[in-house]
Amino acid sequence: MTDTLTPVLTDNWDVDRAWTLAVYEAGGGYGALKKALAMAPADVVEAVKASGLRGRGGAGFPTGMKWGFLPPDEEGKAPKDRYLVVNGDESEPGTCKDIPLMMASPHTLVEGVIISAYAIRAKNAFIYVRGEVLHVIRRLQAAVAEAYAAGHLGTDIHGSGYSLDLVVHAGAGAYICGEETALLDSLEGRRGQPRLRPPFPAVAGLYAGPTVINNVESIASVPSIIGHGADWFASMGTEKSKGYGIFSLSGHVQKPGQYEAPLGITLRELIALAGGMRSGHELKFWTPGGSSTPLLTGEHLDVPLDFEGVGAVGSMLGTRALQIFDETTCVVRAVLRWTEFYKHESCGKCTPCREGTWWLVQTLTKLEQGQGREEDLEQLLDVCDNILGRSFCALGDGATSSISSSIKYFRDEYLAHLEQGGCPFDPAASALFATEGASA
Amino acid sequence: MTTTPAKSDLVTLTIDGIEVSVPPNTLVIRAAEQIGVQIPRFCDHPLLDPVGACRQCLVDVPDAGNGRGFPKPQASCTLTVAPGMVVNTQATSPVAKKAQEGVMEFLLINHPLDCPVCDKGGECPLQNQAMSNGRGESRFAAEPGTVKRTFPKPINVSAQVLLDRERCVLCARCTRFSLQVAGDPFIALIERGARQQVGIFDPDRDGSSPEDAGVEPEFFNSYFSGNTIQICPVGALTSAAYRFRSRPFDLVSTPSIAEIDGCGSAIRVDARRGKVMRRLAGEDPEVNEEWITDKDRFAFRYATMPDRLTHPQIREDGVLRPASWLEAFAVAARGLQAANGAAVLTGGRLSAEDAYAYSKFARVVLGTNDIDFRARAHSAEEAAFLAEHVVARQGVTFTDLETAPVVVLAGLEPEDEAGSIFLRLRKASRHGTKVITVAPFTSRGSQKMSAEVVHAAPGGEAAALAGLGDRLDAAAVILVGERLAEVPGALTAAADLAASTGARLAWVPRRAGDRGALETGCLPTLLPGGRPVSDAAARVDLAAAWSTDHLPDTVGRDGNEIVAAAAAGHLGALVIAGVDPADLPDPSLAQQALDSTFVVSLELRESAVTQFADVVFPVASVTDKSGSFVNWEGRVREFGQAFANPASLPDLRVLAGIAAEFGRELGFRTPQQAAAEMRQVGAWDGPRPAADRSSATPAGGDGAGMVLASWKQLLDDGRMQDGDSHLRETARPAVLRVDAETLSSLGVAEGDLVRLTGDLGSVDLPVEVADLAPGTVWAPASAPGASVRHLVGAAGSRVRLSEGGKA
Amino acid sequence: MTPDSTKDQNVTGIDPTTYDELRQIAARYPHKRSGLLPMLHLVQSAQGRITPEGIEACAEILEITAAEVSGVATFYTMYKRKPVGDYHVGVCTNTLCAIMGGDAIFAKLKDHLDLGNDETSDDGVISLEHVECNAACDFAPVVMVNWEFMDNQTPESAVQLVDDLRAGKEVHSTRGPKLCTWREAERVLAGFNDGLADEGPTAGPASLVGLEIARENDWTAPAVDGGAK
Ligand SMILES: Cc1cc2nc3c(=O)[nH]c(=O)nc-3n(C[C@H](O)[C@H](O)[C@H](O)COP(=O)(O)O)c2cc1C
Ligand code: SF4
Ligand code: FES
Repeated sequence: MTDTLTPVLTDNWDVDRAWTLAVYEAGGGYGALKKALAMAPADVVEAVKASGLRGRGGAGFPTGMKWGFLPPDEEGKAPKDRYLVVNGDESEPGTCKDIPLMMASPHTLVEGVIISAYAIRAKNAFIYVRGEVLHVIRRLQAAVAEAYAAGHLGTDIHGSGYSLDLVVHAGAGAYICGEETALLDSLEGRRGQPRLRPPFPAVAGLYAGPTVINNVESIASVPSIIGHGADWFASMGTEKSKGYGIFSLSGHVQKPGQYEAPLGITLRELIALAGGMRSGHELKFWTPGGSSTPLLTGEHLDVPLDFEGVGAVGSMLGTRALQIFDETTCVVRAVLRWTEFYKHESCGKCTPCREGTWWLVQTLTKLEQGQGREEDLEQLLDVCDNILGRSFCALGDGATSSISSSIKYFRDEYLAHLEQGGCPFDPAASALFATEGASA
Repeated sequence: MTTTPAKSDLVTLTIDGIEVSVPPNTLVIRAAEQIGVQIPRFCDHPLLDPVGACRQCLVDVPDAGNGRGFPKPQASCTLTVAPGMVVNTQATSPVAKKAQEGVMEFLLINHPLDCPVCDKGGECPLQNQAMSNGRGESRFAAEPGTVKRTFPKPINVSAQVLLDRERCVLCARCTRFSLQVAGDPFIALIERGARQQVGIFDPDRDGSSPEDAGVEPEFFNSYFSGNTIQICPVGALTSAAYRFRSRPFDLVSTPSIAEIDGCGSAIRVDARRGKVMRRLAGEDPEVNEEWITDKDRFAFRYATMPDRLTHPQIREDGVLRPASWLEAFAVAARGLQAANGAAVLTGGRLSAEDAYAYSKFARVVLGTNDIDFRARAHSAEEAAFLAEHVVARQGVTFTDLETAPVVVLAGLEPEDEAGSIFLRLRKASRHGTKVITVAPFTSRGSQKMSAEVVHAAPGGEAAALAGLGDRLDAAAVILVGERLAEVPGALTAAADLAASTGARLAWVPRRAGDRGALETGCLPTLLPGGRPVSDAAARVDLAAAWSTDHLPDTVGRDGNEIVAAAAAGHLGALVIAGVDPADLPDPSLAQQALDSTFVVSLELRESAVTQFADVVFPVASVTDKSGSFVNWEGRVREFGQAFANPASLPDLRVLAGIAAEFGRELGFRTPQQAAAEMRQVGAWDGPRPAADRSSATPAGGDGAGMVLASWKQLLDDGRMQDGDSHLRETARPAVLRVDAETLSSLGVAEGDLVRLTGDLGSVDLPVEVADLAPGTVWAPASAPGASVRHLVGAAGSRVRLSEGGKA
Repeated sequence: MTPDSTKDQNVTGIDPTTYDELRQIAARYPHKRSGLLPMLHLVQSAQGRITPEGIEACAEILEITAAEVSGVATFYTMYKRKPVGDYHVGVCTNTLCAIMGGDAIFAKLKDHLDLGNDETSDDGVISLEHVECNAACDFAPVVMVNWEFMDNQTPESAVQLVDDLRAGKEVHSTRGPKLCTWREAERVLAGFNDGLADEGPTAGPASLVGLEIARENDWTAPAVDGGAK
């Protein structure tokens, strides 16, 4: 039986100056790199496959399998340059795990990048970080510089014959650039709009070369897998969702924060660890993995938080961004605000997402203000149906999640807005501090 | 060049219950067309890379061919077929139908209801598809209090193209065309999400800082910009020239061929009450695909300018006076008969039928081989080259340009001189064809074709070509432009290169009528069908076809010799069709020639010849007659008559009239009759004269000063752009290009004015640095207000540079 | 697009040092166009916003059109067409922060500063914007100043924050260094490190709650080789 919490990635976050190379190495850092460089690249891929690591960026695609999709070099032709791109865009509302990781222990990521790039034989790697996190970018830049100075990066790393260049690349404010193909366009200096697939990035990604894109947490998990072994990793978690992951609790709990635990932990356990709900209040609704995952309620407290468990109750594990709201929260207000986010962040490429979110915001605004009719709910659901699965990428799908699920669980609350001609909630009651009656 | 794949190579799938077999990699949206199902679409365009952006073409795919279906509707414009795939379109699937209606409803949310005043109304894919595949109306608009996105409208993305952003459905056809096809991404998607729009770089627009007012925008000045208007599936892009001019249902359309260059691009002429309202690209996958240049599209008002000739005139007491057709025929015939020898200069704008008429008129009426269509620099070497390698040959095609591994260009700047070739080469270069161009510097067109530039100053082309021997094989293509005639030895070098490598060779003239004139014998050395004048058997063959017992049997004078002879009084009369004396190698000698001869002018508009003419015949423009052009491939491009204009006659009808006054029969009075006779006469299959190589000695190139490299840009001060001011505003500014060293030795900065002085005089032009060899400068041959050809000198001549007047 | 690439002097209004640095950025990448985002950050650092000259300089260096650069510059929210303040204050009003008090903070600051969304104070010191989720939900409500975290804010603390900034007092990020100016921050985003990486704590308190509980309970990941820990 594994422990309730299993700090691996977060394990050094309470160490003074953990972001520096010296401290990181003092804790055993870059040991996994040495081990990896002594292995054949294909064996590193095998180890990651065997660990059962699934992507931590939301979709849960098996990481080792993704690496295995890179086409072999064509015989008689010069091998194509391959690329590793780390997705540090972390902009999904509620998601806040990669940023503290890169801030506290950037070398964990850098070491993961080098091992992963070695495994896929990439000569260039990029860490694409959202631009709005200045200090995180400083620490990454410094860590990369230190790693070069220590010979972990650059030409002929530790005499292995393997060379790698790593660039920290700051984005400029666009949620869509978390979508991996939009990220590639953005990294190529273009508008961050998703690309047509196929070809998939594994075949034609960055600069049309074979490319692996992984989430920060996925890549940061690689050193521990190589260092401790695939079995060690697989000994945590559940049957199909192996390993540990960072669970981010936010909202109306006593102790919001990061909880690193084996996949499969439940919200009931996590809330208990977090000291329970805000005192005197009870759970109303929550997102299991960011605002793009359908809302769940108190009836889902015992759902195992792994890919299968959350999927079985009609939502998605996503990024384990558990945003927790108590009964003081107006679900219509919450949903409207998320919808405004999707409208603001829609890249504009496809019609359903661009125009649909424009429409949804207008309808929800009226509903929130207590205008409109009950039929508007049906129409809202129909508009969502016309967006879901019709959009170019999953951003459009995500925009509909909170709407459809909130109407499913809280239809009466929408109706209450109509009956009362406005919002029945006091926004001050849900704030953390006594406000002077400021309203939304 | 379409090869039908063997049945076994086809992929069989089922669409709406009907089995269809298509080549692998076919997109579902096109496979559906095979069974007559039109899936609605906006962003899809067969000549652009798929994007799948609009989502209008969603279909249900219950089986992807592997037994499993897609859980959600798929965009049929990005989905390729698979064996055993099952597709249900809106015709059979409620899921697909609802998905399409949903997308259509979304598109209409922010679309204005201005169809009644929109240029596209009546031919608008959005309007049509909303009718056939939409819900009819949007529930959004029906909701009280909803807000539509609005934009101040319209904005000029160039002098020629306007954009109504509210109407735009963001299909990105225009931006993809500009980027992928033309290589001119001066329009791009800007902003994001619901505020996304098509735009240019224009700092002085909404959302910008007041400090930016007045910063010069970067306009969509692409030679191909008009294509975006045509492929825009709504009325978002309109042309300044056509905006609000007519409704599609008022227009009568005639398929035609662009008379602008040697490409023979298919166009459609839309006219209302006897007036051309607009021209569109026609579809011809073998030739111009679906694209034309802006000149092809917008340059047509020249034919309706106030100086268009409307009646015959004869000179009496020194002045021209109106005359009847019959009188003018008689006066012309009399004058020609009385002269001690008459010659014919035809220019390059004639239909093949008209050119044939001139060719026959010279031989059977005037009894001379003194005829030349080359109203430009030309040489005996060129005539020999044309006779040996070009006339009556059909070799290289547009499609071949795409399949050739290497295409060599010499004396040809396709973006300026043959737009459809440029687009095809750009397409080819994006798919692996290597373009090598023998040119003085790396032009923007060369960059867009990713061309390798083999630098050659004027005069150096022959040597440069000779050096390419080990780069080519039999799969390669060599395209030589007519300008190569200016360089002694160059055409011969091109022919030698082709002979030694097996590469195929083609000649690209600038003007629409040139190849037809060559085929019909508007040369002193060639009779129709490539029959050599010097070959008695060929003459006999033609005489038989023409039922005449006498044809002139000595090689005639070429253009230069005709002008010289006329100026010297050795020729008494000239028949001139559409020649601007200023285009001739020696314009002042040409004027002298006109001044001292009896001149019969056949012209569309009053011209520099008119003032010298003794008889003037107004001739029909391309819209007023039918006929054909022969394009650079040797492909016959027939065009129809758009409307009748009794004020003019086709050239061939005028010539028939004059011939009759001579008591001769030309044998035809209509283009159809001429065409029938041309077919009957056919091409010569006897031996071709081998060129005399001795005349082809490369120029020794030293002299004082620098060498001027020069050609005409697509848009300049040419007469065929008269009346189309919006088009002319999009012309590239005239600049002088020099190498960096020369610039610094002049002590000026880029953008400063530099004075270019040559044999004829000087002009001041802003200077730019380019990768020219030291000792060579480049300037456009003609440009509005700065005609280097007329004011400074011809390409290849010696020029000097000095600091210009202050701008 | 200039027809020749041999040009070595810039014709735009960007100073030579910045122009040179823009080229350095482009040179970091296997394909220079990849440098565009950081280059635009540098333009903001040097010019205080995305200027037409900046766009033209990027276009010239990358050999693309100014329209293409505009398409990129207008796509991303961090690129500003109008000057922002020395201290660009972003209040997170995405759902979680909004509900936890972000809306109240934003309302308070608008009122206190007398500024609307996306507006800059007349003295050019403060600009105000509501921002989307900044990946610090466990520190809600969050305010960003020049993209540095100001965690666990209240309307009062936010007012104090902007007042201190206006008064020129030294203000530290709750998880980072003393706040630098917006232009200085943009330079870091362009890839020119300012040497301040070692400021601030390893992690903020919320990041550590789970770890602290694990430490208290002696919970760890399994020992290697599946053995008992
Ligand atoms: C709209 C949208 C936003 C996304 N944002 C992120 C993100 O910020 N970070 C991330 O790692 N993945 C994000 N993803 C998922 C990525 O597309 C991709 O699946 C992931 O980076 C793959 O990494 P993984 O396999 O390691 O999880 C997003 C996806 C979508 C559709
Ligand atoms: S202007 Fe026309 S072609 Fe261009 S994106 Fe809009 S609708 Fe499409
Ligand atoms: S036509 Fe298929 S998505 Fe636009």
